[in-house]
Formats: sequence, C-alpha cells, structure tokens
Amino acid sequence: MSKTTKKKTTKRKTSKKWARVDGRKPDELRPLHIESGVIPNADGSAYIEMGRNKIIVGVYGPREMHPKRLSKPNSGVLRCRYHMAPFSVDPRRSPAPSRRDQEISMVITDAIEPALFLERYPRSVIDVYAEIIEADGGTRCASINAAAVALADAGIPMKDLVSSCAAGKYEGKLVLDLGDHEDKKGESDVPVAYLPKIDQVTLLQMEGIMTQEETEKCIELAIEGCKQVYEAQKEALKKKYGMVEGAEEKEEEPDEEETVEEGKKETVEEAEEE
Amino acid sequence: MSNTIVSRLKRKKILDVLATGKRMDGRELLQYRDWDIKTNLLFKSEGSAEVRLGKTRVVVGVKVDVGHPFEDTPDAGVMMVNAEYTPVAHPTWEPGPPSEDAIELARVVDRGLRAAEIIDMEKLGLVSGEKVQMIFVDLYVLNYDGNLIDACSAGALAALTTAEAPIFKVSDDGKIEKTDKTEKLKLRANPIAVTVCKIGDSLIVDPTFDEEEVKDGRITITVDENGNLNAIQKRGPIGFTVDEIKKCINIASEKAAEIRAIALAGE
Repeated sequence: MSKTTKKKTTKRKTSKKWARVDGRKPDELRPLHIESGVIPNADGSAYIEMGRNKIIVGVYGPREMHPKRLSKPNSGVLRCRYHMAPFSVDPRRSPAPSRRDQEISMVITDAIEPALFLERYPRSVIDVYAEIIEADGGTRCASINAAAVALADAGIPMKDLVSSCAAGKYEGKLVLDLGDHEDKKGESDVPVAYLPKIDQVTLLQMEGIMTQEETEKCIELAIEGCKQVYEAQKEALKKKYGMVEGAEEKEEEPDEEETVEEGKKETVEEAEEE
Repeated sequence: MSNTIVSRLKRKKILDVLATGKRMDGRELLQYRDWDIKTNLLFKSEGSAEVRLGKTRVVVGVKVDVGHPFEDTPDAGVMMVNAEYTPVAHPTWEPGPPSEDAIELARVVDRGLRAAEIIDMEKLGLVSGEKVQMIFVDLYVLNYDGNLIDACSAGALAALTTAEAPIFKVSDDGKIEKTDKTEKLKLRANPIAVTVCKIGDSLIVDPTFDEEEVKDGRITITVDENGNLNAIQKRGPIGFTVDEIKKCINIASEKAAEIRAIALAGE
C-alpha cells in the first residue's frame, strides 16, 4: 500500500533537504491548543485542536451506572466513548459506531484508567465522551489529551494527567505527531499515551513495518512529544481557573487539585489522605 | 476483570505460584502450551486451519470471492478479518452481535496481516472500480482457554499459506468467470502475533483462561520473518515502563520465530 506512494513522494522531491509535508521539524508537534470548561452542562470538559483535529470531550460523573449490571461492587467504571461526526472525514461516514470506534474507545479507556482512583467509586461510572468534530490524523491521541483535561476539570482526583502523542516513520525518517497525510502514507504509526509523573506508558499501538530498534526509538520520541503536550494541558487548566500564565506552582500539587471547585473539594482531599 | 471474589482469590494463588518462577500448570513463564496446527481440513473453503493451543481451539477459514472494491482503491482487492466468539466455546459466551473483545481480536489479527502487507492487494483487481477479489479470513473460536490472539494469528497465517485460491477469468464484456484452476495465494510476509501478559510483576506468554482473567495487562506484538515489527496493541488498565515494553518486544521476536515454524510446517 505505502510502497507505491513512497516512490511517488520521493520522486517529487528531486532536490534540497528533506522536509515534512507541512514543513515541520521531525520532532516538532503540530500547533496545539487546549481549552477546558467548554461545555456548561458537563461536569468537566475540554476542547482540543491538535493540528487540524478538532475534538470536544465531556465528562459526566462519577454517577450511578446504567445499566446496573455493568457496575462493579468494589470499584467504579471508566467508560470512554470515541465517536466521529459524519462530517469529520471525507467522504462522509455513517454516524453509527464502527468497529474501529469501538476498539479506540477501549484503548482510550485503558490509557486513562491508570490515572484514576476508580476504587473510590463503587457501583458508579465516569463517562467520558469524545466527539471528533474534524479528523486530521492522531485523533485517538488528541482525544486522550482532551479527556485528561476534562477529567481534571471535573474535579476527579488523578495520579497524573495523561498525555498522548504519536510518532512514526515517514519517508524513512522517524517523525513526531503525524498528520493525516503522514499517517496514511507513511510506513508506520505508533500512538503512545504516557503518565509523566509515574513514567508509565498506558497506550501503545503500532502499525506498519519497522525494525525493533526503530520501534523503540519511535516510542521514546513519542514520549518526548507527550511531555510537550503535558505542558499545554497544564496551561489549559491554569487558564480556566484564572491562574496567571507563567506563574509558578508553589507546592508539588497536580493542577487539577488546585483548580477544583468548592463542591468537589471534599473528594480530592480524601484522595490526598490515602 | 479481576473484580469478582473468586478471581481475586485465584489471582492471589496464581501470583504466589508465579513468585516461584512457575505457572499453575507447571510451565515456565515464557513457555507456550503445545501447539497443534492442521491445515486444509475443509473442502468448501479455499484455505483452512485448525489450531489447538492447550485447550484453546480455533478454526480459521479463508474464503476467496468476488466483490466491489472500496471507492478510494478501485483496483485493490479487499481483505476482511472477522472473529466469531461462538457460544459453544465458553459458558459465559452468548449468541449475539460481536463483543468488544471479538472486535479487538479480529482487528489485532487483521492489523498484523495488513501492516505486514502480506498480500499484494493491487494484484487482486479484476475490473477497475467494479470487481475485485475479496479475501475473507474468519476466526472461529470453538473452545476458549486463553490467548486467542496468538492462536488466531498463527491459524490465519497457516490458512492463508495453504489456501488454494480460484483463478478468475475476465471476459471482454466484463463478466467474471471462476475457472476450475486454482493457485496458492502469494504471501509476501509471514507475520506472527505474540502476546505478553503482565500479572503482578511477572511477564508471561500464552496465558490460560484463569491467567487471562486475573492479568493486569497485555501487549501483543506482531513480528515478521525478518524480525520487523508490524503491529503492537497494549490492553489493560495499567501502564508499562519503556523497559518492560522493550522486554516484551524481545520476548515476542524470539517466540514469533518458533511459532512461525509450527504454523508454516503444514505448507
């Protein structure tokens, strides 16, 4: 599949230095913009633009689980739903969840769950809904980034924010944060989610053809990307809660805890005591 | 999964045994159960394989047919992988639409085959934009005792390798005729998936149902015959360190070679 296109693209570039389609450096992220608290009805929410990806995420809960049979007696359940709008891709897609959507929903749930204290919410559910308004490659990573901010915005205690970014191989070079074109035409794609404070990878997928060494390098490159995303996520939370940009945090506290609304403060403090 | 009281007790027992460097059934941590792969056992499908891995048993059927291409690839054939969790395979499995796990199983096996570019899809075109060859790979689980991804991946490779695809003839007016002649599918790679499970601090391969039920997470890595990686899938509500991931990749590279030899033995 990628073989024919590879030939085409290398032919096109007859001269000069190798450059990415959008002129980025190999280890450069696309423009990233995150905003939190964008859906008044949700307990927490966030909007992300990562390149031309436009994704809105709403968090509801912890709340009673419906249907009840899905609840767990000794733990809460995190339920993430990744869903693409019919107009988010070309050609239009059916609004019914595809097999791909279902799989991504599962891996996103797995990526975020390690950051939460679900054991604190028996019989409950935390619903995370990610709606892809426009897709431009790397939607699962962008969804995770927005979801982490939305969860923090909802005042849900977290071990850390979850930051996500893909790396991959395009025209023989390892590159960070693949755009739609690089994602589709490149040799491989490695989406990663990472919890910077506990140094753990919670999302890892890969598709393509790469040597073991390249794959390992890709994972490390993606983690570097995650660390940059992490800063943008913190910034978005600070902004919403009126903290001056660039102001240093006084204590070693995750942002979400500083920015919790009054009514939700209780749960956070409880979590801290543990 | 490890939420019911029984599986919590089970988990404790399994962890205790793992701490001694052994498994409940006496295996080493990185030891597979015995493989038994038979190919070409069905008359009506172009390729087939039955895989027994311990008590896990799956049948893989490969059917080759004619169908419509996708709009954006008018000349490329279509490969579809589907997994069926049949209710015969486990007491908790019910008839109905595919569960999330069945979807994941199909997609992970599919990703391994597709990413390795196992079949040159461009060669399967018949009438541009109208007709192409379709290759259906159906993974049919008959008894579930863990590690379906590895069993199905090996089965899919064995079935595709031994498949005898019909040769189609396109007449001048665009009609497609199935000739009596057949030929082997031309495979360009031999990808094999290896799943490494994490239970507590231990990494194991080829989990049984009990082990799978109490596991923390898993990483499936698909490796081709040149040692290149084709697909990775991490599952489970835990994180892995980069070192653990590298360990998993090493384990997978080593094990994939062993399994590949078994899967291709029926050729």
